[in-house]
Amino acid sequence: MRIKEKVIEKILAVCALLTVLTTVGIILILLVEAVGFFREVSIIEFLTETQWTPLFTQKSYGILPLLAGTFLTSAIAISVALPTGLIIAVYLNEYASKRMKNIVKPLLEVLAVVPTVVYGFFALMIVTPFLKMFIPELSGFNALSPGIVMGIMIIPFVSSLSEDALSSVPGSLRQAAFGMGSTKFQTAFRVMIPAASSGIIVSAILAISRAIGETMIVAIAAGHQARFTLDPTVPIETITAYIVQITMGDVPYGTLAYKTIFAAGITLFIFTFILNNISFWIRSRYQQKYE
Amino acid sequence: MTKYVIILFYIILVIIGVLFLTSCGNEKASDGQLSGEIHIDGSSTVYPITEAVAEEFRKEAGNVRLSVGVSGSGGGFQKMVRGETDINNASREIKASEITLAEKNGIEYLQLSVAFDGLAVIVNPENDWVDYFTVEELNKIWRPEAQSEITLWSQIRDGWPDEEIHLYGPGVASGTYDYFTEVIVGESGSSRGDFTASEDDNVLVQGVATDKYALGFFGLAYFEENQDRLKLIGVDGGSGNAVKPSLKTVSDNTYTPLSRPLFIYVTNKAAQKKNVQSFVNFYLENAPQLAEDVGYIPMPDSAYQVQIEKFNNFSNAADSTVQQ
Repeated sequence: MRIKEKVIEKILAVCALLTVLTTVGIILILLVEAVGFFREVSIIEFLTETQWTPLFTQKSYGILPLLAGTFLTSAIAISVALPTGLIIAVYLNEYASKRMKNIVKPLLEVLAVVPTVVYGFFALMIVTPFLKMFIPELSGFNALSPGIVMGIMIIPFVSSLSEDALSSVPGSLRQAAFGMGSTKFQTAFRVMIPAASSGIIVSAILAISRAIGETMIVAIAAGHQARFTLDPTVPIETITAYIVQITMGDVPYGTLAYKTIFAAGITLFIFTFILNNISFWIRSRYQQKYE
Repeated sequence: MTKYVIILFYIILVIIGVLFLTSCGNEKASDGQLSGEIHIDGSSTVYPITEAVAEEFRKEAGNVRLSVGVSGSGGGFQKMVRGETDINNASREIKASEITLAEKNGIEYLQLSVAFDGLAVIVNPENDWVDYFTVEELNKIWRPEAQSEITLWSQIRDGWPDEEIHLYGPGVASGTYDYFTEVIVGESGSSRGDFTASEDDNVLVQGVATDKYALGFFGLAYFEENQDRLKLIGVDGGSGNAVKPSLKTVSDNTYTPLSRPLFIYVTNKAAQKKNVQSFVNFYLENAPQLAEDVGYIPMPDSAYQVQIEKFNNFSNAADSTVQQ
């Protein structure tokens, strides 16, 4: 009997270890290949050069254009998702009837299960032509349209997590606010949101790191031109879209051009890693405040 | 209620499964006919012809499974010299580096010309300032030194608008890119890098069709498929006359320098296979009509006869080496 228990325990431990080992393996491969890249390209050039043309005649290895593209689409996405998601969360938590909430919440989460390739074509074929009616000089590939669509995609992240944060605020705070003569609106925006702010910030950060890592939407609708700009109307390229572009072409294994994807990948990894840690830190630091 | 829906769902699944199995069974039943698989990959420019031929061929020999991929001429050659594909579509000739790899892997191959293509220089239909380009102007735009230097339309010719130029072109794995850079820049594979590059010509079509300040180039066939969304620009190759690519100007060689032959490459191992032999013969017999249907320019009939003879000699030779 005890042996059986032991075996089960070991199997469970192996399962847990497997995920850890996968992560370690990914980090190791990224590091090894990226080190190979930085042997040939100085890290200063990588971080300061404003052109990214590793496949062409005048080779230039500046990550800044790809970072700018990633930053731009993510910023547009979060500026769509944060206000919308927050308003939805407040509505669900403060205003909606229980029945309404039970209908709206699952529907919202459907947004998160639509395949991203579908979002990509939605951005390219529907949102871009629609935006062109208002901004005639918009290019067919641009940062704006995939950014907005990405924002729609991550709304459920923000709304669900913010809603959880709002509903875990002790009821006494809300009652006290009503007792002081606050309206529903004042209670929601002056009391509940500040009280739940740590949870809301965490939801925003998780949504941002999702947006930074998003691949298909930008690969389809943002174009493939690494350009150091914050202009949302022209074709750009994000780090993820670049990796897609390289892996679909015929870049030979082991060449410098091939290693660029690991340098790009590790940059991406560092960013999402930092963001996830910030959100983890905020959660553990502030969550206990009202309990 | 839901229970019935679930049961219905499974019944449908079973029916589909049975249909699938029986159709597979039919395939196996008809022996004596051609069967097996033919793997084709390579140029996106040649793809429309090969796919058109493949579609017709499937009607004749339904048991042969044909897969036609698109990874650019270079990408396709990489696979061919590793022995992964039977036939490679190519919009340029095989390079010395690729020949070396083929020899290393013991792969022999035969080059067959299948049609001519004109490279189309394209702008957006809303572009009302460009009437033609000279080769020098195209060179000024696309050469490596232009990278982040030539960024405005006004820098190309006086009087053109002071707006940013958005460039679209095939990616570096594409034979179209190699050919364009060879004749326009003067060195194959050498160009500026700050343009939207894609091996998928439809991405380029979409880009130019939706961007007023766009300039792009790709195979003529993709222009003909999308005529209403794009504007074709004539090129002056030095004669003083701007010529637009068309069936006539490409086949009589007045559209220079941007017209070129298209190829398929067949490996010796593939040429031993009955299904490949019959496919390639079918290809060369039908290419004149089908190439024109999909927007390319057929060669003279006598040229196709030469290709057929070339291939039959090659496949006989391949067969005899096996028998020895």
